[in-house]
Amino acid sequence: MQQLNRWPSWVILGIGLLVLPFLIKDFRVFQLSLMIVYAIALLGLNILTGYGGQISLGHGAFYAMGGYCAAILMDRFGLPYMATIPLAAGLCFLAGIFMGFPALRLGGHYLALATFALALAMPQLLKFKHFESLTGGVQGIILMKPTPPFEFSFLDQPLSEDRWLYFVVLAVAVIMFALARNLLNGRIGRAIVAVRDQPIAAGALGVNLAFTKTITFGISAAFTGVAGALGTITVAFVAPDSFNVFLSISFLVGVVVGGLASIPGAIFGAAFIQFVPNIADQISKSAPWAVYGVFLIALMYLAPNGIMGIINRRRRGL
Amino acid sequence: MEAFWLQVLSGVTNGGIYAAVGLALVMIYQSTHHINFAQGEMATFATYIAWALLQLGLPYWLAFGATLLIAFAGGVAIQRLILRPVEKAPVLTNVIVFIGLLVIFNAVSGMLFDHTIKVFPSPFPKEGFLVTKFFSGHQLGASFVTLAVLLCIFAFLRFTPIGLAMRAAALNPDSARLVGIKVSWMLAIGWGFAAAVGAVAGMMVAPIVFLDPNMMSGILLYGFAAALLGGIDNPWGSVVGGLIVGVLENLLGAYVIGTELKLTVALVLIVAILTVKPDGLFGKKVVTRV
Amino acid sequence: MTMNSKRRDITQAIAAVAIGVGMAGASPAALAQKQYGPGATDQEIKIGNIMPYSGPASAYGAIGKAAAGYYQMINDQGGVNGRKINFVSLDDGYSPPKTLEQARKLVEQDNVLALVTTLGTPTNSAIHKYMNQRKVPHLFIATGATKWGDPKGYPWTMGFQPSYQPEAKIYVQHILETKPNAKIGILYQNDDYGKDYLKGFEDGLGDKAKSMIVAKVSYEVTDPTIDSQIVQLKASGADTFFNITTPKFAAMAIKKAAETGWKPTHYLNSVSNSAGAVMNPAGAENGIGIITGLYWKELDDPEFAADKAMTDYLAFMKKYLPQADTKDVNYLYGYSNAMAVAEVLKRCGDNLTRENVMKQAASLKDFNIPTLLPGINLTTGADDFFPIERMQPARWDGKRWVRFGKVLGR
Repeated sequence: MQQLNRWPSWVILGIGLLVLPFLIKDFRVFQLSLMIVYAIALLGLNILTGYGGQISLGHGAFYAMGGYCAAILMDRFGLPYMATIPLAAGLCFLAGIFMGFPALRLGGHYLALATFALALAMPQLLKFKHFESLTGGVQGIILMKPTPPFEFSFLDQPLSEDRWLYFVVLAVAVIMFALARNLLNGRIGRAIVAVRDQPIAAGALGVNLAFTKTITFGISAAFTGVAGALGTITVAFVAPDSFNVFLSISFLVGVVVGGLASIPGAIFGAAFIQFVPNIADQISKSAPWAVYGVFLIALMYLAPNGIMGIINRRRRGL
Repeated sequence: MEAFWLQVLSGVTNGGIYAAVGLALVMIYQSTHHINFAQGEMATFATYIAWALLQLGLPYWLAFGATLLIAFAGGVAIQRLILRPVEKAPVLTNVIVFIGLLVIFNAVSGMLFDHTIKVFPSPFPKEGFLVTKFFSGHQLGASFVTLAVLLCIFAFLRFTPIGLAMRAAALNPDSARLVGIKVSWMLAIGWGFAAAVGAVAGMMVAPIVFLDPNMMSGILLYGFAAALLGGIDNPWGSVVGGLIVGVLENLLGAYVIGTELKLTVALVLIVAILTVKPDGLFGKKVVTRV
Repeated sequence: MTMNSKRRDITQAIAAVAIGVGMAGASPAALAQKQYGPGATDQEIKIGNIMPYSGPASAYGAIGKAAAGYYQMINDQGGVNGRKINFVSLDDGYSPPKTLEQARKLVEQDNVLALVTTLGTPTNSAIHKYMNQRKVPHLFIATGATKWGDPKGYPWTMGFQPSYQPEAKIYVQHILETKPNAKIGILYQNDDYGKDYLKGFEDGLGDKAKSMIVAKVSYEVTDPTIDSQIVQLKASGADTFFNITTPKFAAMAIKKAAETGWKPTHYLNSVSNSAGAVMNPAGAENGIGIITGLYWKELDDPEFAADKAMTDYLAFMKKYLPQADTKDVNYLYGYSNAMAVAEVLKRCGDNLTRENVMKQAASLKDFNIPTLLPGINLTTGADDFFPIERMQPARWDGKRWVRFGKVLGR
């Protein structure tokens, strides 16, 4: 909380983020955009799992839904890409509410299985032949990358497509993070946490358990759906194979690595799942994922509450 | 009509595979209250070890037994060395460590034994007394082995003092410590047994699906479903759960919805069953005091 | 970079003078100055590759490993026109977004001259447009999807192996000739590859498709077994079986069909006809009578036992990939694909620009790779981006593939 009052550091951070894309190559900007997209997805999952205490192994499915929603709206209906984002959010919100119903009855591992099932079923649904005209079936949908609406040059570097997309993604991320903060600091946020920690007491105090739990699912799905839409716009391609089970697992990894029940943690988690596989690949050509696994386990030893856990401990002077 | 029975029986065979993996998951859960996501990859790795022993010339059952011992020791080692530091950490931290183990085992299997599929032999005769065109010798044998393992686990957990101690350690570690149970070692033994059960599952499955590093990836989910459907704390439940999942999936694919959607529908049905019985078909209802 | 442009200026000046002096009889090649695109220098040629070394398709990583070994061998023998080949191969885990990221890394950060031998249909689809927009050669892709041979739409992308739809039509032709009243059952993998074969097959049958195909059953790569599908196919009464499965599942299908006593006329797609990876694990006797289309020489074929191409290949495997299973055809594929790449680079001579690479790749005329069966060569042209188009039908006799009939295809 005190960080906010030290606004000069936020201003510096903000300026840094705005200038950064002109200092690095297009490809790195692309990687950064992907990282920010994942951060939004992780924020969504964190709302459900970190704050809401409901484990989900299936957020890849909501990411896929948002992604395909954007792709279909852009490719089959010709909508401009900016318009697809709120629509993807809306669709995934409804899907999340729908998933929330069985979640009311299931807890812990059983909910994990149900969400895992969703993640597994998604590719099959996307490939289903009766939906093929919409989804493109196994071929997927190829999209056009958005072009910058104006010419701009800074530090001798033009505003390329990648840099423009980065700003779009960054703007949406700022909005989503602000939304999350307001939500979680407000009444609904406190209700969500209360339901996680002491459901019976919360119920006794007048919190509508069913409503809160279902809404948590919906909001969480909506956030991840927005990320999915942005991801599709950035990559300009969707296919069922883009959304396999490992994506859902990566999201869970990212949330725990970043720090549960923490908003800034999403950024660290996203950095981990985006960049550590590449680093592992450079370290070992023959078994890069073994290196990734070692990193993961080591991180859990050093930071069982995630990276934000360490930062918070430092801040509290422990 | 014959086709229908063939589907049911093939479903039973598959179900046996899922049940075997589910049993290992139940075993771990009963002793640690965690679901081990790395179970499939550990089983694959153990099967590779068995394969390597067979390549060296050991007779089948000797390699089988040696692999069980190695798997047990490996399971204990993993718990002592890798899992103990996070024993007290939140559940999800443990889950991430399991995921780390999953990718490590998968990558190491691929690195040591490469990715081409390998044939893993079946110890059961191809022709025999009960073999018909409905069952193959291996399917029968594997089913017997799975049942035998199940009985052993059940008897062990229910009737032996160590089994009791293990269940106590998992259920209420603090109270267990108070009565003198070495909780940490109970966890380690639990992991050892689970690894051994996983190795059995792997060696029974490999002759059917061929041995490659990704052998268990698809099966693990079904094992997960089997264990949870039957109730995560009930070994019998996982067998029933496995059979239901196997048969359901086959019948759905053949007669109801076609193969393009059978996974989806099977999963929807499982979730529906769980919604009606949220602790699994035979699971114990966990009551928490407020 | 400045060094090279300086050299280029000097070379250009010399070339200009030389042209002026000796215009009459000098051959153009001798006068051509060195031209370098990204990734090419006097010492090395850098090419990129993306393979699924991890994930569900990791078995195909063998192709990348064999290719890397081949380039190593070439380098040990002096390189291509005196330049070493720097083969940068990255993992994408068969995930299209990752493929795009790796492709961008190779093109924009590592500045490779070309991407070669990239594997998989959805993964290559993800970078299809990007490679063509960036004008980077996207060569000899390791998949048979029919859409890679489109010189008008995508002039920088070129396939390699016989594509799936024409292959399916070859089987259709055989069925119509030998068994016109066949009842056909099809097992296909529910993805781009499976559906491409299926389309070719159904298109080949035309109106007869509805009446002849009695069962069409799919499976997912994540399915543990396909026993249920085989049982279904047998129950449908099919007496002809078109098997569109990847190696692991093909082995399972052959085994299960034998176990249930189903003995159809069995057509096996060329992706899964490796003796080492499929036929032997499935039980060599179980596959007797299976028909497929071959284009590689088989290691077990006695006619090629002393063939120099195969002995060279085995020697190569022994030296550079000693632990590998030589009977896994993926290694042979990678070795041969790399041979084609090396040939294209060699033909570029000192003009190692991306445009020239594409030009050379598109002007192969009956280029022979010795590991291909006799009668099958690589031919490309301005409107033909399918290098290998011919196949030789063969039948499994319990020990090896026995070729029969003529080489078919364009």
